[in-house]
Amino acid sequence: MDNSRRKFLKLAGVSAIAGIAAPAAFNSLLKGEAFASGGGSGHGEDKAPTGKRYGFVVDVQKFAADKDLAQRCINACHTTHNVPDFGKDNKKDEIKWIWTETFGHAFPDHSQYKKNTQLVDLPIMTFCNHCDNPPCVRACPTKATFKNADGMVLMDFHRCIGCRFCMAACPYGARSFNWRNPAVKNEDGSYKYIRRPNLDFPTRMRGVVEKCNMCAERLAEGKQPACVDACRPTDGIIFGDLNDPNSEVSKVLREKFTIQRKPALGTKPSIFYII
Amino acid sequence: MYDKGKIITGLIVFVGLITFPIWYGFGSAGHLPNPEKPKNAKECVEAVDYMRTSHMQLLNEWRDDIVRSGGTRAGITHDGTEYIRSLQKGCMKCHTNKAKFCDECHTYTAVKPYCWDCHIQPKEAN
Ligand code: SF4
Ligand code: SF4
Repeated sequence: MDNSRRKFLKLAGVSAIAGIAAPAAFNSLLKGEAFASGGGSGHGEDKAPTGKRYGFVVDVQKFAADKDLAQRCINACHTTHNVPDFGKDNKKDEIKWIWTETFGHAFPDHSQYKKNTQLVDLPIMTFCNHCDNPPCVRACPTKATFKNADGMVLMDFHRCIGCRFCMAACPYGARSFNWRNPAVKNEDGSYKYIRRPNLDFPTRMRGVVEKCNMCAERLAEGKQPACVDACRPTDGIIFGDLNDPNSEVSKVLREKFTIQRKPALGTKPSIFYII
Repeated sequence: MYDKGKIITGLIVFVGLITFPIWYGFGSAGHLPNPEKPKNAKECVEAVDYMRTSHMQLLNEWRDDIVRSGGTRAGITHDGTEYIRSLQKGCMKCHTNKAKFCDECHTYTAVKPYCWDCHIQPKEAN
């Protein structure tokens, strides 16, 4: 290539990048967002945002005591939201809104060294943390993922273009991509991958990302999230307004020692675990 | 001029052929859509004329309001009937048969809305 043309292109590229990126970087520095990827900690040291801020407390011991509890939560969530099941042979297509992790995977920054085996083998319920400072929202170019006024990180499936930036941005693997059409039907008209379809909730389509929606549709009707209801009569998962000092979650958080997943990333997860 | 007769007859046949579709259907507009109206309701959430021309804008407004701005799911018509602002839980509770209501016009106008790629239509009792 002609030397001067090459130089010109380089220069043009550099100035374009500088022109686009500089104000954005500067803005996020001003807002203190740059710390999200660096230091920071959980809710502890920072001022909590005002207004409603919904969150969960997961009592891991309750799940240890009842071995079926985790599966009941998963079933409740997945049938409520028509989450398809492609079977064990299609792990790579799997869609999950709530699932279990080993202690080590859920809390990689906590030491497992010489910890008792009961703890290390505990199944930990994991789902979208509805982070206060959600990187998935910043990554989404269409604003299909957004944070609403009550601190819920929601998805407008109509807007998702399937670019999967949010999946790359979420440090908790809380999102799944629809590699295939979940609403495929059998010859008799029943759904192939949705065992008990909930006729009041939509399915998704191929090419869309999905995740836990904090049961926004149930909260709107004054109900609790499906996974929370599935835990009754135990309080395996407790749900409520973290900013309301009289809520059940606030009470538990005051009394019990809890940990969050990967707090050092500064995403400020809204799920707290009693270990 | 040679072949005057042939050219003129040819022209007449040609014009006749290409205008065939126009005068073949003259006086009839084909199968006109006749959507089945719900038996248990007299009124929709807005005036019939508005619904006919603008139901899609209405649905988009509902969606954006409810999904993105935390808008109310409850609606009320001007004669005081309550309804749910939702395709599956609202519209389809009255218009229980997609094939006999929605598809009537959508097929006629060759409009294929993608609503039904995700939203589940009620079980149709045909
Ligand atoms: S857990 Fe992941 S998907 Fe959920 S809000 Fe946080 S970054 Fe986003
Ligand atoms: S809050 Fe609702 S959507 Fe989220 S994991 Fe629980 S049941 Fe599923």
